[in-house]
Amino acid sequence: MEKRELICIGCPLGCMITVDMQDGKVVKVTGNTCPRGEKYAVKEVTCPTRIVTSSVRVSGGDIHVLSVKTREAVPKEKIFDCANALKTVKVAAPVRIGDIILKDAAGTGIPFVATKNVKFRSSL
Amino acid sequence: MKSYEIVIIGGGPAGLAAALAAKESGVGSILILERDRELGGILNQCIHNGFGLHTFKEELTGPEYAYRFIEKVLEQKIEYKLNTMVMDITQSKIVTYMNRTEGMVHIQAKAIILAMGCRERPRGALNIPGFRPAGIFSAGTAQRLVNMEGYMPGREVVILGSGDIGLIMARRMTLEGAHVKVVAEIMPYSGGLKRNIVQCLDDFGIPLRLSHTIVDIRGVERVEGVTIAQVDEHMKPVPGTEEDYDCDTILLSVGLIPENELSNKINVQMNAVTSGPVVNESLETNVEGVFACGNVLHVHDLVDYVSEEAALAGKNAAKYVLGKFSGQENSAHTITLEAVDGVRYTVPKTVNIGRMEDTVKVRFRVGNVFKDSYVSVYYDDERVLHRKKIIMAPGEMEDITLDRKKLLGYPDLKKITVKIEKE
Repeated sequence: MEKRELICIGCPLGCMITVDMQDGKVVKVTGNTCPRGEKYAVKEVTCPTRIVTSSVRVSGGDIHVLSVKTREAVPKEKIFDCANALKTVKVAAPVRIGDIILKDAAGTGIPFVATKNVKFRSSL
Repeated sequence: MKSYEIVIIGGGPAGLAAALAAKESGVGSILILERDRELGGILNQCIHNGFGLHTFKEELTGPEYAYRFIEKVLEQKIEYKLNTMVMDITQSKIVTYMNRTEGMVHIQAKAIILAMGCRERPRGALNIPGFRPAGIFSAGTAQRLVNMEGYMPGREVVILGSGDIGLIMARRMTLEGAHVKVVAEIMPYSGGLKRNIVQCLDDFGIPLRLSHTIVDIRGVERVEGVTIAQVDEHMKPVPGTEEDYDCDTILLSVGLIPENELSNKINVQMNAVTSGPVVNESLETNVEGVFACGNVLHVHDLVDYVSEEAALAGKNAAKYVLGKFSGQENSAHTITLEAVDGVRYTVPKTVNIGRMEDTVKVRFRVGNVFKDSYVSVYYDDERVLHRKKIIMAPGEMEDITLDRKKLLGYPDLKKITVKIEKE
């Protein structure tokens, strides 16, 4: 039996979780204080994912930098590809929270969405 | 002179939540004064996710979390002024602010809510030898530059201190193409949340060197490198453990200090441990009608807790201006909270049974890492709570709840003691 020690990142409590594994399959999860913890632990040892947050330039807006995130978590090994995929993205104001900024982040099928509102730049 | 029932200084998460709670409690004239160009405070530069799990049961980024509150403030038509700096407050609650369009203005408040947040401890507070080259930033400044202004502070980075902002910036700079070589932490434990160690350092293979600090900075015009050394239990560098790192940038994440210059002007009593005001159960300072919440009161690790605490300050400020605080009862039975044996402080510091709600949440931090220990609460000499915690660390805030009904059963109670016990 293989034991894997994890720190749950589901919330800031950071529970110490132990996952017992046999032949690549999860047998038992202990140490978590909520169901989210168990879910995270199973996922983290089988297919770890992360939400990627970053920023892109926006033109014509009241601010110049727009914050974005992947709408769902992407596979961990795709973090850099996702972040780099934003380098060529051009966005024009206005933008609303939730607007799709990039349809498919690095072939994950998951879009990058805006996490901030940007208004047109008011005439100076 | 224009007057408001409640003037809130600061339009970050604390100020916004306080304003909404005060409005809900029936106060009509509220003014939020914010020195930045938009509401939301530091949340606007915290573009990472993980905010709001407690409040909204979903994982939001900083700007999204802020917007949930900003939206309501707009809906409720609560008045606010941006790009506005508060210069002075007086004992008689005259607030002096300044901005480009109005110049310098005095207004009269019935109650003031202090929600000015905190600032980062700078290099000058650390006694690091070396010249003063360009390339040394506090982590939060770098965060604002990257996430809001669109500038990259540097390429080869060493981070001093493992506070959450430093950890978050280790990841952020890496995603933006920088090379973060090491995070050095002088304490034997990290000052940040565990999940940030996992997600920001471990995920990217960035080493965390505990019990290490920077002992030299090379470079005159621009940072060229640093020397890191191990420290002993007295935090003195151990000779022979020095390691050189070439870098062009140093980020400092070495603690936050509540911004209480205004509070000091009206002689608000301060707590030497938190560097924030001493408050009672209503989050009122020793100056009647002046309340405090958020990071100006004590530095929080979770914005959810800030919002919750600020809402309480807003509600109580409303009670105060609406005359719902019973006058006589106020001083009737005040109990002092004492933090000892591993507990560094408590917020609030005093509890008035006549004024308290059904329950009061007492937040505190511990001074060391405690494993398999107990949080104990004593009513005078009687132990009334003994709760086991697998782990407690200075980086993570703890809390206990005081119950009014239970307290009423102790009419002669003078002192509540909160401590950490081994068994």
